[in-house]
Amino acid sequence: MQQAIIAKAKELLANGSVNRVIGWKKGEFSYDITPDVFTTAEAIDADFVYDDFCGANVSKFLMKISKGEGKTLAFLKPCDSYSFAQLLKEHRIDREKVYVVGIPCDGKADINKIRENGIDGVLSIKEDGSNYVIDTLYGEKTIAKADVYAERCVNCKSKKHVDVDEMLGEEGDVIASNRFEMVEKIEAMSSEEKYEFWKNELSRCIRCNACRNVCPACTCENCVFDNPNSDINNKAAANSFEENMYHIIRAFHVAGRCTDCGECSRVCPQNIPIHLLNRKIIKDVNELYGEYQAGADPDERYPLVNFTYGDCEPSVVYERGGDK
Amino acid sequence: MSIEEKEFKPTIVAFCCNWCSYAGADLSGTNRLQYPANVKIIRIPCSCRLNPMFILRAFQRGADGVILCGCHPGDCHYTTGNYYARRRMTILFSMLDYLGIEKGRTRVEWVSAAEGQKFAETMNSFVETITKLGKNHRLEDLRCNKQ
Repeated sequence: MQQAIIAKAKELLANGSVNRVIGWKKGEFSYDITPDVFTTAEAIDADFVYDDFCGANVSKFLMKISKGEGKTLAFLKPCDSYSFAQLLKEHRIDREKVYVVGIPCDGKADINKIRENGIDGVLSIKEDGSNYVIDTLYGEKTIAKADVYAERCVNCKSKKHVDVDEMLGEEGDVIASNRFEMVEKIEAMSSEEKYEFWKNELSRCIRCNACRNVCPACTCENCVFDNPNSDINNKAAANSFEENMYHIIRAFHVAGRCTDCGECSRVCPQNIPIHLLNRKIIKDVNELYGEYQAGADPDERYPLVNFTYGDCEPSVVYERGGDK
Repeated sequence: MSIEEKEFKPTIVAFCCNWCSYAGADLSGTNRLQYPANVKIIRIPCSCRLNPMFILRAFQRGADGVILCGCHPGDCHYTTGNYYARRRMTILFSMLDYLGIEKGRTRVEWVSAAEGQKFAETMNSFVETITKLGKNHRLEDLRCNKQ
């Protein structure tokens, strides 16, 4: 796949139809890959990679990059293409200035899960069929790909792209996933257990704002958390109230627009399962206002800026979940 | 010396829409209907003006319960405001429940300008619920605790 992508990128750069390419650049180790912009074939040859550690969603970068001169070539995985479509819907990206090539995704690996499996001192990782062969300081180790899928890929929602100019490889389908499994588990807890569970998770938050910065749905130019008068801007959460407030408001601000790409949990340095908050909202919206997938349909209104006369009353919440 | 045990008196913040519920509260006053004095009313232009942050802020500054009152669906002064508020509050309340905040602490009630009686009844029953739930500990900010 990597060869095909590189060939495509170089071809489009050479014939002048795009001015730059946004993709993934290799880092110091084979697992710390970062998104980057390439403008020459030499740079692509030197640094461009596409493998199972290219989890980063590049669609948000297109907001700024597409404001520049000429066209940008972007390689989008199915998840990324939903975010991209959602950004287009919000008029954040000029569609004319982006050339989108869809690339298939078989699920991305999470280096933290590899480490959790007791594999430390990772030097390099190679794919071998359905396994990874990992060269570590302590010798070579093998682990099944299925064991180290990133959380969002365990319950992949779709292999289908939304809005692409061209496809490399096979186009997949929307998958019936049971991605709400964990949400259901939490919902079934008593209110005390829920509180304990989230206190345990959210108290690790260091308010680095990475989840907000990476989120393709968080696109406000002036964020509520950057308001100097809010007394919560750019500082660590002082107590459990501030932790709760940050995460409630963050999740609420992307309600109905979150495509469930799972970037928030991927970038969290404290491994907080932030996607569970977003998924809760998605699940509620699906159950109360009808199935909705952000980004899937360019003409549909988002559930939170829409209504029907017969919507349920907020008191339905009292009858749902654990404690009734 | 013993510490005097005081009866718990909850602090309730009621966000009332300017056009219906605020007038409803007025009416319940002029009708001399009784509702507890610990309900603090904040007037908002429309129920959909209520930012989720307001609710969290109220809890932070010591509220034990927050209630939103607005025009009945279909009667909004701005035609559709309360329909949006209804969806938002449903999602927010569900979210609060998911994070382990007791369900009864937040409520939405539709009170028209003619329903002074309903306003008083709603407030009485809400204060009762909150008194049963006790002090808000899960969303409190100790720095704002003035006692």
